[in-house]
Amino acid sequence: MSKAQDTMLYLNGVSVAFDGFKAINNLSIIVRPTEMLAIIGPNGAGKTTMMDIITGKTRPDAGEVMFDGRTDLTKLDEAAIANLGIGRKFQKPTVFESHTVWDNLEMALKKPRGIFAALFYTASDEDVTRITEILETVRLLHRKDEFAANLSHGQKQWLEIGMLLAQDPKLLLVDEPVAGMTDSETEETAKLLREIAKTRSVVVVEHDMSFVRELGSRVVCLAEGAVLAEGSLDQVSANPVVIERYLGR
Amino acid sequence: MLTHLLRLALLTLSLLLPSQIARAQDAAVDIPAQIAAMGEASLKELTQIVVELASTGDNGVVPVLTALADGNLYLDEASGRVVIQNGSTITDPLTGEAVDLGAEADLSRIRVNNGLRRDISAALSGMTLMSDNPATRLAAAQGFLSKPDAANLPLLDEAIAAETDANVRGAMQAARAVTILTSEDASIEDKNAAVPQVVAGAGRNAITILTGALADAPDEVKPTIEAAIAGLEQGRAVWGALQNVWFGVSLGSVLLLAAIGLAITFGVMGVINMAHGEMVMLGAYTTFLVQLVIRQNFPGLLDYSLLIALPVAFLVTGAIGVGIERGIIRWLYGRPLETLLATWGLSLILQQTVRSIFGPTNQMVIAPTWMSGSTDFFGLAITYNRFWIVIFALIVFFMLLLILNRTPLGLQMRAVTQNRRMASAMGIRTPFVDAMTFGLGSGIAGLAGVALTQIDNISPNLGQNYIIDSFMVVVFGGVGNLWGTFVGALTLGVANKFLEPYAGAVLGKILILVLIILFIQRRPRGLFALKGRAIEQ
Amino acid sequence: MLTQALFRALDKKAVWVIGIFLAVAVLVPMANLLIPPGQFGHVPTYLVSLLGKYLSYAILALALDLVWGYCGILSLGHSAFFALGGYAMGMYLMRQIGTRGVYGNPTLPDFMVFLNWKELPWYWLGFDNFWFAMAMVVVVPGLLAFIFGFFAFRSRVTGVYLSIITQAMTFALLLAFFRNDMGFGGNNGLTDFKDILGAPVQAQSTRVILFAATAIALALSVLVCSMIVNSKLGKVMVAVRDAESRTRFIGYRVEYVKLFAFTVSAIMAGIAGALYVPQVGIINPGEFEPGNSIEVVIWTAVGGRGTLIGPIIGAIVVNLGKSWFTSALPEFWLFALGALFIFVTLFLPKGIVGLWKQLFGIRRKKAEEPALPTPAQSVDIERGEDSATFDNPQIRPAE
Repeated sequence: MSKAQDTMLYLNGVSVAFDGFKAINNLSIIVRPTEMLAIIGPNGAGKTTMMDIITGKTRPDAGEVMFDGRTDLTKLDEAAIANLGIGRKFQKPTVFESHTVWDNLEMALKKPRGIFAALFYTASDEDVTRITEILETVRLLHRKDEFAANLSHGQKQWLEIGMLLAQDPKLLLVDEPVAGMTDSETEETAKLLREIAKTRSVVVVEHDMSFVRELGSRVVCLAEGAVLAEGSLDQVSANPVVIERYLGR
Repeated sequence: MLTHLLRLALLTLSLLLPSQIARAQDAAVDIPAQIAAMGEASLKELTQIVVELASTGDNGVVPVLTALADGNLYLDEASGRVVIQNGSTITDPLTGEAVDLGAEADLSRIRVNNGLRRDISAALSGMTLMSDNPATRLAAAQGFLSKPDAANLPLLDEAIAAETDANVRGAMQAARAVTILTSEDASIEDKNAAVPQVVAGAGRNAITILTGALADAPDEVKPTIEAAIAGLEQGRAVWGALQNVWFGVSLGSVLLLAAIGLAITFGVMGVINMAHGEMVMLGAYTTFLVQLVIRQNFPGLLDYSLLIALPVAFLVTGAIGVGIERGIIRWLYGRPLETLLATWGLSLILQQTVRSIFGPTNQMVIAPTWMSGSTDFFGLAITYNRFWIVIFALIVFFMLLLILNRTPLGLQMRAVTQNRRMASAMGIRTPFVDAMTFGLGSGIAGLAGVALTQIDNISPNLGQNYIIDSFMVVVFGGVGNLWGTFVGALTLGVANKFLEPYAGAVLGKILILVLIILFIQRRPRGLFALKGRAIEQ
Repeated sequence: MLTQALFRALDKKAVWVIGIFLAVAVLVPMANLLIPPGQFGHVPTYLVSLLGKYLSYAILALALDLVWGYCGILSLGHSAFFALGGYAMGMYLMRQIGTRGVYGNPTLPDFMVFLNWKELPWYWLGFDNFWFAMAMVVVVPGLLAFIFGFFAFRSRVTGVYLSIITQAMTFALLLAFFRNDMGFGGNNGLTDFKDILGAPVQAQSTRVILFAATAIALALSVLVCSMIVNSKLGKVMVAVRDAESRTRFIGYRVEYVKLFAFTVSAIMAGIAGALYVPQVGIINPGEFEPGNSIEVVIWTAVGGRGTLIGPIIGAIVVNLGKSWFTSALPEFWLFALGALFIFVTLFLPKGIVGLWKQLFGIRRKKAEEPALPTPAQSVDIERGEDSATFDNPQIRPAE
């Protein structure tokens, strides 16, 4: 327990198996407050499953998953975990396509999530200001009244990041944020994530090595559900096992 | 002993030889003469004759004695002949041939009184106990069992000693035991000893007999009887349970037949086919038509019409299934709720079409001879139609497993279900496989329809009665798993039959539905749910 | 808060719809009572009741639309809630018969006397009071939906599984209500009503008032639904429909959202049933038929789900068609209905309202309105995170 203190996310000895296949095998990862962590690894390394465990979608067979040093995440469901302050961006951008960009953010905005609170909710000036602010950050202000379905792939990615911001989480889990983005968009995203990491913890899963380099964060390489190597990107990419199993010679 | 054997041998002979010859060899009693003497005999003499006739042990005298007891034996005053008159037919008492007595016939009944009747009855029981037909002997023993009379004890003892058939001897011993149990003279020890014999030999009636005997039994015997009844009741509960299991298996096999096609379309393809019940219904009507054609054109094949209907129904409903898939369902892949609605609409159309053609009334399919009747399997009444349906369901199930796991089509089907795009990229014609899969599922529904003609009315609503149950089976068993369907169908069938005695048929069904609804809450993906990341996503 | 919510509810479209039905509530009775028979514009009393029946169906369709069109829950058991509301009303009407029954028993309805029952079962107590009965019209369907939904949504029974168990629910109720010993009149149901609130059910004035009440109830239902769907909760409902697990990950309790929609919808259905029964004069177990529930789905689909006016139009149009067919070509009604199911799902997924928008393209281009999950999305579903609700586990690749 004491080890979990002063951590934002604490995974210790986590394992999960699907029909005998060990998707996650004795995985231990620590993320400190206002720290950015990049996770790399080959397909099937268990990156997405790890995120599923943290966000309550999958229950681990064994191991500890602690948030903010004190909350056991394995006992909570998705909504409760989200309300604790863990935001997740999916690999494939999932925004609410039949809502406008504005409504997407309004729904994500950190507000009471109860039924009647939502039924009688009216946006205050403060909320409007906050949503406008986020729209500016993710550069979608000019498209705020359009349906999310009509955004380009990159814009959807940004809208989803905007929704994450609106949730005001303490920990962000970001799965392949720059897939399908142009180089300049990628650069902007890296900048944005670095900005966010000043006040929050961020975990980024990504394949794009140049993007990871731009993040300039600590890197963990996963393979077969366990940590293969850990350190700076240069350290990790110099690791012979990582080269063998992931980067290729 | 030896005399009995001899008599048995003679009796056997008498079966083979004309009865006259056989009788001639038994010189002791001149049967025709005795019968002829009956005409003018007094009551006392008649009793004598009856005893003498009975002592021959010849089956040939049974009709005379029966007729005498029933008051059907007459003397023709004109010719002096003794004849049997039954309604308007007059027959010879020995040969059984019709007799023409001519116009001057003057029949007078040979009178009997109750005392004589009792003698005849005892004599006849003795006769039948010695009959050469085991079934007759068994019936006689059972007759004694239900009307025990201490006077018959010697007769029974004699019969038991001569009996060769273990089954019949058991019944005779039970009859003897009952006689002892109810007789006033028998000792306590004998009575106590008799109880287990009743239990052993009286079969399903033992409880009734013992309960009847309990009231009049001496106090010393009562505990033995009570213990025996308790034991029997336990046994009966076990048999009752087994009988329920059989009924349940039978119902389960019907459910399996109805649901297994659905398991393919719903489970393997992810398509909700609300018209599945109508495929079953069309299978049943196909059977009806096949039988109609056969009856009119090839009456000799009538007994095989069900067998002929099987491939026809499979092809007809399978072809319709392919048509439905090509015409409607393929436009709706990925939209299961829409598929549900469209196929529901289709089911309405199919029902109304059949109603327009055949009318709303029930049609009949005649059961072939090999499917009618029932057999007694260690006390379980098993009707042949149910039995064959169970067998048929198993055959269909294992054939389907075989098709899915061992044929190229099955391989392609599994490939398409697991990864459509990949399968397509590998050169599998996915539209063809879809159509074939749906056709297979529908064809099996048609086969179910053939089987259902034997236990249900053939009406346009036939399918409606099975569709909800079938869905329950598939959902309960776990989607995408044929074994799940198998276990699901049998479980629901047996559970239904076990609930029925306590809750009644309707309430039992309601309970099952409620239980399934609760079960789905616990395990939303059914009994045999697939696990793994594929589901998690 | 409430005023703001009400204000939001009364957007331009909702005001129109509510206005129309309030006007209908006044005009049709006037056309019946004030214009003499035979003169142009007179609405005969039987027609008033028939229209009243359609409007109660419209409430039912609207109720279904709230859960299906907006929240993605395809309930195949909504006629159960409708029938339960109807039975609650029927029980009140039975108690009003009093000594005028065939057997003249002051408390026991005829069928109970016939079954040789000596006293009223406990669950019939209180139904002689109109307001108690009206409370039950709301409470019974609402409670059933709440309990059923609580278990179903908590265990994440979704998509077709949910549809099938709702169907099983109404089927179980159908079997139960057919039983004589349930105490609801068995096969024959409840009928031969005499009075409602002291006024004879058959009287012209009563029928007109019942019609007006139904029209007003419909207007109120539209108001309530509009309030819900225009609120943030309504947006969350649509979010649940389109991407259920995504909604969870931003912190909404999907099961509660669904439970709310399902319960409100069941209550509306119950009220619709209660208004239906006095106008048709009978309620029997046939109302629980699974087929009826599916028919409601098609009304909603024909009109256009995910809109407030669609289900109302659908219910009225389809039932007009049904009335015409069953008198003119009774043989063909089921053909027509079946074909309608197929036609609408294949060619008219957005219903009449969708067609209207497409034809008279108001404001936005069609491509900009992806309000319903369309086949284009089904490709995503195969891969998507949010579609566990939809399709069969085996269809999806395991990455």
